[in-house]
Amino acid sequence: MTHLYASHAYTWGGILVIVVASVIGDVLLARAMKQVGDVHEIWDRFGLWTVIARTVGNSNFFLGVSAMAVAFFSLLFTLSWGDVSLVAPAAASLTFIGNAFAAKIFLHEKVDRRRWMAAVLVAAGVALLAG
Amino acid sequence: MTFRKYLVLAGVTVFAAAGDSMLSHGMKQTGNISLHHLSGVILAVLNPWVAMGIVLLLAFFASYMNALSWADLTYVLPATSLGYVLLAFVARFALHEQVSVTRWVGIALIAGGVGFVAGSPALTAHGQDELLSSQSNLSGSNFPPFAKGAKDGAPSVDVAQAVSRGNER
Repeated sequence: MTHLYASHAYTWGGILVIVVASVIGDVLLARAMKQVGDVHEIWDRFGLWTVIARTVGNSNFFLGVSAMAVAFFSLLFTLSWGDVSLVAPAAASLTFIGNAFAAKIFLHEKVDRRRWMAAVLVAAGVALLAG
Repeated sequence: MTFRKYLVLAGVTVFAAAGDSMLSHGMKQTGNISLHHLSGVILAVLNPWVAMGIVLLLAFFASYMNALSWADLTYVLPATSLGYVLLAFVARFALHEQVSVTRWVGIALIAGGVGFVAGSPALTAHGQDELLSSQSNLSGSNFPPFAKGAKDGAPSVDVAQAVSRGNER
């Protein structure tokens, strides 16, 4: 019994790490691209290389990609001891909810009632699909 | 929203779904990879389905970054989940697979969620001063390499929306 609880604790701990790393990654990437500016405008005026140079040269972009890599490898490790039908949908849907909170707090997005509804519906839908 | 921006959002949806399914199809062909035989990863990448999946996921990442440059994170994310809906329709009508009732309910919830966001403005996050500073960066001949960082403090949403609408071409 104790072993079972320990296994559950590890799985949920793994899910928590995946969710936190994904949310940090998404927020950093979103912030990086807002700092870069509207890609279409820059592309039209200065060309594709300017878009690539500004993106790759942004420190938030690198931090975001690193956080995404952490999320990916934690997913792999968690899958190796947890149940796929729990880990994948739980991580995916909790990431949607976490992102809505993080976008409001850190990116100052206007997450109104419609966007909350969207986040909750998508999270529930993803949980049902992958479950 | 311009046609070009809708095309980018479609790219986010389609590339994610197609990339994931090709990768999964290829990995089923190559079999399990254990931590003790990491050389299996190289063999997996040589599989054409896996290679194509990786190329498509890179295309997804490029369109995702593109969308995040002009839209909110909470606006772009539901578009990524629309790929699941696409995959379910492909499974049911192209591959003639059985899709369970639970999955159809999941699809309906995701579609409903996307519908809630689709009608709202794409960009709500940025204050007037930052948008204007990013515009002046573009109009100058010697713009600084990076726009100013995101400013803290409550943005004036109505003004930001008005400016972002004026920004679209």
